[in-house]
Amino acid sequence: MTAPLHEPTAEAAPGAAEEAAVAATDAKAVQGRSLGRIAWERLKRDKLALSGGIVVLLLIVVALLAPVITDLVGQDPDAYHQGLIDPLFSTPKGSLGGLSGDHLLGVEPVNGRDIFARILYGAQISLLVGFLSAVVAVVLGTVLGILAGFFGGWVDSVISRVMDGLLAFPQLLFIIALVSVMPNQMLGLTGTGVRVFVMILVIGFFGWPYIGRVVRGQTLSLREREYVEAARSLGAGQFYILFKELLPNLVAPIIVYTTMMIPTNILTEAALSFLGVGVKPPTSSWGQMLSSAIDYYDSDPMYMVIPGVAIFITVLAFNLFGDGVRDALDPKGSR
Amino acid sequence: MLAYLIRRLFAAAVMLVVIILVVFSIFFLVPKWAGVDIATSFVGKQADPHAVEAVREKLGLGDPIYVQVWHFFKGIFVGRTYAAGGDVTHCAAPCFGYSFRSEQAVWPVLTDRFPVTLGLALGAAVLWLIFGVAAGVLSALKRGSLWDRGAMVVALSGVSLPIYFTGLLSLAIFSYGLHWIDGKYVSVGDSFGGWFSGMLLPWITLAFLYAAMYARITRATMLEILGEDYIRTARAKGLTEPVVIGKHAMRSTMTPILTMLGMDLGALIGGAILTETTFSIPGLGQAVLTAIKNQDLPIILGVTLITSLAVLIANLAVDVLYAVIDPRVRLA
Repeated sequence: MTAPLHEPTAEAAPGAAEEAAVAATDAKAVQGRSLGRIAWERLKRDKLALSGGIVVLLLIVVALLAPVITDLVGQDPDAYHQGLIDPLFSTPKGSLGGLSGDHLLGVEPVNGRDIFARILYGAQISLLVGFLSAVVAVVLGTVLGILAGFFGGWVDSVISRVMDGLLAFPQLLFIIALVSVMPNQMLGLTGTGVRVFVMILVIGFFGWPYIGRVVRGQTLSLREREYVEAARSLGAGQFYILFKELLPNLVAPIIVYTTMMIPTNILTEAALSFLGVGVKPPTSSWGQMLSSAIDYYDSDPMYMVIPGVAIFITVLAFNLFGDGVRDALDPKGSR
Repeated sequence: MLAYLIRRLFAAAVMLVVIILVVFSIFFLVPKWAGVDIATSFVGKQADPHAVEAVREKLGLGDPIYVQVWHFFKGIFVGRTYAAGGDVTHCAAPCFGYSFRSEQAVWPVLTDRFPVTLGLALGAAVLWLIFGVAAGVLSALKRGSLWDRGAMVVALSGVSLPIYFTGLLSLAIFSYGLHWIDGKYVSVGDSFGGWFSGMLLPWITLAFLYAAMYARITRATMLEILGEDYIRTARAKGLTEPVVIGKHAMRSTMTPILTMLGMDLGALIGGAILTETTFSIPGLGQAVLTAIKNQDLPIILGVTLITSLAVLIANLAVDVLYAVIDPRVRLA
C-alpha cells in the first residue's frame, strides 16, 4: 500500500505556489483577488468537489453529535439485544440483518448490538485518527521540509536521507509492529485512548516524508526569488524569511497534500482495526466491524456491507473534495 | 553503469542493516521502556520463574542489544545453536533465527510462504498494468468524453474502496452467491487448476484497486506529455497518430508508472497483508500478522528483511529500467 499521492499533485504544486506569489504581489495593485478567493470561485463551479465537501461536513457533524443522535433514536452502541438474534444460527432475526424501525441499520450477529449507533461512534474514531495524523504529518513535513530546502548542506542531506529511508520502508508492516508493541497504559491514557493516540502518531510519522519532499522542493526554488533577496537586503533574519516570506507561499501545496492525506489515513486506520491491531472492542470502529463480518459474509451479508459502504462514502467524499481543491489551486489544470 | 550499480547495492545493504536495527529496537527497546519482560511474554503470563530464566538464557535475551544483533547476523552465515543447560536447539545456516513460539526455524517458513505471495503479487500486477494503463491512455486521448468521465469515476471509486471490503464482497457474490468460483486457496503443488481458480478473485480484487490508481496517474501523465513540444514535432513531421502515441508519448508516460510499479510490487511481494487476510492465503503477510500478534520476533524479523529486500531490489530494477526507457536519464 503505497500512498496514493500522485505525481500530478507534485506537478500542481509549483504552479499553485507561483500563483500564490503572483496573487500576493498583484493583490492590491490590480484587482484584489487573493489566492483563496480565486480558488474558492473555481471550487464553487466544481459540483462534484462541492458535493464531496458537503458530505465531509455532514460526516464531521454526525461524528461530533454521535451521542446526541443515538440518544434521539434511543439506542446505545454497547447494549446487547439478544432477543433479536436467532439462537440457532446466531444471526439477526428478520430480513436484511435485522433491519427495523428501532434498529435503523439492523443489529450485529451473536450479541445484537445496534449497528447504526456503532457506525456513528466508529465515524468518531475514523475522522479523529484521519485528521490528527494528517496534522502530525503536515507539521513534521512542513518544518523539516522547509529547513532542508532553506539551509541546504548537511541539514538537507540528513533530512533527505531520512525521508528516502522512510519511503523505502515497508510501512504497513512497521505501523502494525509499532502499534502492537505499545503498552496498554501510557501518559495517563488507557485502552482505546492509548491505541488511538499511538495510531495518530505512527500514521502521521510515516506520512510526513510525502509532504516534506514537496515542501523541500518548493523551498529550494522559492528561496532564490527576488522577494526573498529583497527581504534579506532589508536585514530580515533567517526565521523571519522562513516563516513570513516562504511559509505563506507554501500554503497551497500544503493544503492540497493535507486534503489528499486524510482519506489515506482513514483507510490505514480501518486497515489496522481490521487486522486486529487498531481499536479494540467494545469501542467500535469500521475496520473492526468488517473484520468480525468475515465470519458472516454468507449468512449475514448486511453486517459486512454497512461498514464497508461507510468507509467507501467517507473516503470517496474526501477524495472528490481533495481533487477539487487541487484543481482549484492549480491554474494549469483547466478542465 | 557498473559504478552506479555498485553504489546502489551498497546503499541497499546499508538500508537493510538500518532496517534490522530498527526492528530490533522496536521489539526489544519499546517493551523494555514500557516495562514488559520479553522472556515472560514468550513463556506465558503464569509461567514459573525457572522457565522464564531458561528462555532468557537460551535466546540470549539477557545480552546487550548489540550482542543480540551480532548473533543474528552471524547466524545468517554460519548457523546458530541455542543452548540453555541440557536443552540444545540447532538452527542451520542460513539461520534467520528460530521461532520458539512455533518451534521451527524461520528460514523454511520464509521459503514456504514466499512463492505464495509472489504468485499473488505478480498475477495481480499483470492484470492491473494491462487494464490500468490502457484505461488511462484511452481516457487521456478521449479527454472529456463519456468514456473518460466514466472511467475516472470508476477509478476514483476504486481508490476509495478498501481491499478487505471488495474482497469480502466478491467472495459473497461470486463464491457464495453465484458459485462461479470456489474461493478456497489451493497450493500449486496440489493442483494447478485449483490454485489458478482460487487465485482469480484475489488477483482481480487486488488488480482493481491498483488499476484504479494506475489509470489516474497514466491519464494525468499522458495529458501533460501530449502538450509537450516533441509531440508537436512528431506530429509535424508527419508521423501517424499510433506512432506518436505508442512510440513517443508512451515512453515518457511509462516513467512514473514504473516508479510506482517498483514500489507497489516490492511492497506486495513483502506481504499483501490485507489481501492474504481477507482471502485466507497462507503467504508472507499472513505469517507476519500472526507473528506480530504472538510477538514472535524471529519471524517478524525474517519477513521484514525479505520485504525490505524486495522493495530495495524492485526500486533498483526500476532505476536501471529508466535508463533503458528514457534516453535522457543517465545513470552516473
